[in-house]
Amino acid sequence: MSDRNGAGVIVVGGGVTGLSAAWWLARRGADVLLLEKGIVGWEASGRNGGGCTHPQSPLFLEEQRLWPQMDELLGYPTEWRPYRIRVALAEADFERFAPWIEMIRHNGLRAERLDPKQVLELCPLASDANLGGWFHDGGHANPQRTAQAYAWALQDLGGRILQHTMVTGFTTRGGRVTAVETSRGSFACDELVIAAGPQTGVLTALLGQEIPVTPARAEMIVTEPLPLLRHGGIDGNGLYGRQTLRGNLAYGGGLHEWLDPPAEDMRLPPRSSTPVLASLARRLVALFPKAAHARVIRSWAGFIENTPDGRPVIDRLGIYDNVVAATMSSVGFGLSPASGRAIAELVLDRTCSFADLSTLRLARFGNLGERWREERGWVPPAPASLAGPVA
Amino acid sequence: MTTRPPQDPHSVAGKPFPVERHVQVLVVGAGPAGLAAAMEARASGLTTLLVDEHPLDPALFGLDVPFHFGGTAGAATRNHGRMLERVAASMPELERAFELGVEVELGVTAWGLFARAPGTCWLPPLAAGLADRERSWHVTCDRAILALGRRDTGLAFPGWEQPGVVGAAALRCLLERYDAFEGGRLLVLGSDVDALLTARLALDRGLEVAGIVEIAPAPVGPESLVAELAAAGVPILACTMVKAATADGTGRVASAVLTALGADGGPVFGSERSIACDTIVLATGAVPVIDLMGAMHLAFRFEGSAGGWVPVADEAGRTSHPAVHAVGDCAGLSETKSRDPGIARAEGRIAARAVARALGAAAGEDDADLARVRAARAMAGPDLAGRRRAWLEASLAVSGADTFLCLCEEVSCREVAEVRAPRYLTPDPARVGGPGALARLSPERAAADPDHVKRLTRAGMGVCQGRRCREQVAALLAREGGVGLEAIPPAIYRAPVRPLPLEVLARLPESPEVAEGWDVWFGIPSQWVPPWELTPAEGGAEP
Repeated sequence: MSDRNGAGVIVVGGGVTGLSAAWWLARRGADVLLLEKGIVGWEASGRNGGGCTHPQSPLFLEEQRLWPQMDELLGYPTEWRPYRIRVALAEADFERFAPWIEMIRHNGLRAERLDPKQVLELCPLASDANLGGWFHDGGHANPQRTAQAYAWALQDLGGRILQHTMVTGFTTRGGRVTAVETSRGSFACDELVIAAGPQTGVLTALLGQEIPVTPARAEMIVTEPLPLLRHGGIDGNGLYGRQTLRGNLAYGGGLHEWLDPPAEDMRLPPRSSTPVLASLARRLVALFPKAAHARVIRSWAGFIENTPDGRPVIDRLGIYDNVVAATMSSVGFGLSPASGRAIAELVLDRTCSFADLSTLRLARFGNLGERWREERGWVPPAPASLAGPVA
Repeated sequence: MTTRPPQDPHSVAGKPFPVERHVQVLVVGAGPAGLAAAMEARASGLTTLLVDEHPLDPALFGLDVPFHFGGTAGAATRNHGRMLERVAASMPELERAFELGVEVELGVTAWGLFARAPGTCWLPPLAAGLADRERSWHVTCDRAILALGRRDTGLAFPGWEQPGVVGAAALRCLLERYDAFEGGRLLVLGSDVDALLTARLALDRGLEVAGIVEIAPAPVGPESLVAELAAAGVPILACTMVKAATADGTGRVASAVLTALGADGGPVFGSERSIACDTIVLATGAVPVIDLMGAMHLAFRFEGSAGGWVPVADEAGRTSHPAVHAVGDCAGLSETKSRDPGIARAEGRIAARAVARALGAAAGEDDADLARVRAARAMAGPDLAGRRRAWLEASLAVSGADTFLCLCEEVSCREVAEVRAPRYLTPDPARVGGPGALARLSPERAAADPDHVKRLTRAGMGVCQGRRCREQVAALLAREGGVGLEAIPPAIYRAPVRPLPLEVLARLPESPEVAEGWDVWFGIPSQWVPPWELTPAEGGAEP
């Protein structure tokens, strides 16, 4: 389509999923326009642990195949590094790790048991009292740099990005979406991708086929830089995270807070950090006692959406034939190289050549009740009771 | 019969919030405004806790937090007990505050303010995260009065990273509160009221002032102060810029290279000269401290004459959060406020009375204080933020763009303007960024967003939490975008607003329910079921 006020494919959502999809589409020669309500990579895509290891996903093998190539494919650094380490501080931790290790091995990837001494060799910050752990395939990358790398790579291929552009509605005709209405006017499209994180629900609802998602706020903390460990991707003690290539420890986990889903103005409240960050610090000190002196210099909070079963939806909307919608259900960053490629193939080929996406269909929520959020307690909480100091 | 709605055990729902104590009024900052507010609140019968971060955790001096100490803090600052006495002794009103029944905690930092709001429904209405050198804890309060003061801003010129380059607020703090400044001969950059008052304080303390350097054709501060300093023999060097600081064998600043500025703002060829000094004072523009307010997403407005971004507030200092007041320098700087601490005290008392009335306590009359504050606000002041920007422009004109703007992460002006990837990625970054990259980041807006630039260049991401480069980055983005400073929103602030050791944060009390509900992610079991184990009802394959 030559009309500059439209595109062959419009992608709504400038998080890593939408950015990657747009980039893969552009690699296939599609004329792509990406619309983002704020700045690319601004929401959960740029505020996460940077993990690139998701053996529970049908996209896992493609995730593992693509990450080592991403710097070259994109032409910009993602700071991807291979391997993950899991440290056990209690016997029960091994039980928690077991299904994970099993899934990695089921996919034919490597996982090796570590004894306590090996953990300390690989991670001198770890507790001397560790019980060992696992060293396995996988990796981690810098979310903020990766999100921008997708954006730059997309633009290098001639794809267009419009930031600060809020989608307000859609024009449909004959079972197809023909244009996207925005705060900057109308943009005609032949194909439409909606990958808008927490806003995916309200946007697909505008099309009459709502993907059920609801947002929550989660938090992370970042320390000052420490000397570089051999492998930065170390989890344990209820935390996920990484040592960045700069040396900072960036860790999250634990308590989240459910929010009301965004209304049609698409807005969510400010991304506030809370004292949960101290609970993160407490667990990080136990995991890495030799980093106890390290200073916390930042925290983040971000909003992430989940579907009722916590698994992604990557599917063509039945109601409008030219719409592919996706939510990665709170686990989107690491899978983005593969999810974007899958979305691009769904758009262009109507099928995915490298993975079976049948478990990510929207139809599984066909019998979902209206009160699915309340049934799960996925609603804003009552105010906390105030407790006296406890140890 | 009603059934209790289900709760997500892995969410914050139902987790108690551990609180050490509740006070009616929490005052943060024991400068003139904070002390006056605390005493007034207490006089109205309200339980009042006043916290002040001084004396600082000694490690913070070396991190240039909260001021740009620049390696000039004497060894005495490592003796916390002695510093506690000195800091207390430097506050003559403290004794009266004690007598009135204000609870005062020195050496206690407020690292976060947390309020119940959409997205944080779990929180108490208003709570503060406090910490000393050992541990952290929460207090809740009905009202918070923030008297956070001002802080230094950086100015990139070659050599500014060396010990001996000190911020004016840091110098005054070391002289007035700690009596622990190490240095003897000072060159002051800047000639606004704060620069001149700092120079006068230095003279009063027996230090030598080698000169006052000003890029403008004449000193910008009050004439009476200029005359006073000139009479004391202090050279006033107008139309002059520092080109570099050179160090002696120990690494400490030993001299400054100065150059005259021509009509075009560039250096005058052949005008360079060296001036001996062991200290270069950055007095080119302080800013109101708004970090705690920013971290709770209060509304700000830009006012150049108030120093830049200041909280939106009414006459009683009530911010966009009705239970949080801002008073003193953190509510906005002014020449009058700098010269007369009585203005800040009046602001503190007005806020405290508004708080007392809101909490149903008796409060005195505001008339005299209000008249004083209004008169001060009516006085036109110089554009402090604009002057700060002019200094950065002068530095770029004289020294070029390759000086580190961000000292923690070692990012130069050019690297920010070209959105270069950080050095730790060398040799990769050659292909990242370049001329025009900044405009390309955000073609929809006149200027790039400071947080967007921060993520990519790392300028502002270091251990000083951006204190030394934040305003310089903003000025650079405004310059590159050809827009005013008001077009650059303040880069985000996050708790903890002081770099706190993990082990100190870790000692914040935690309820057992938190540990019981803790999960590495959302605790949704079906999220982790691989495709081959899913039933058809769950979207899996038919057997």
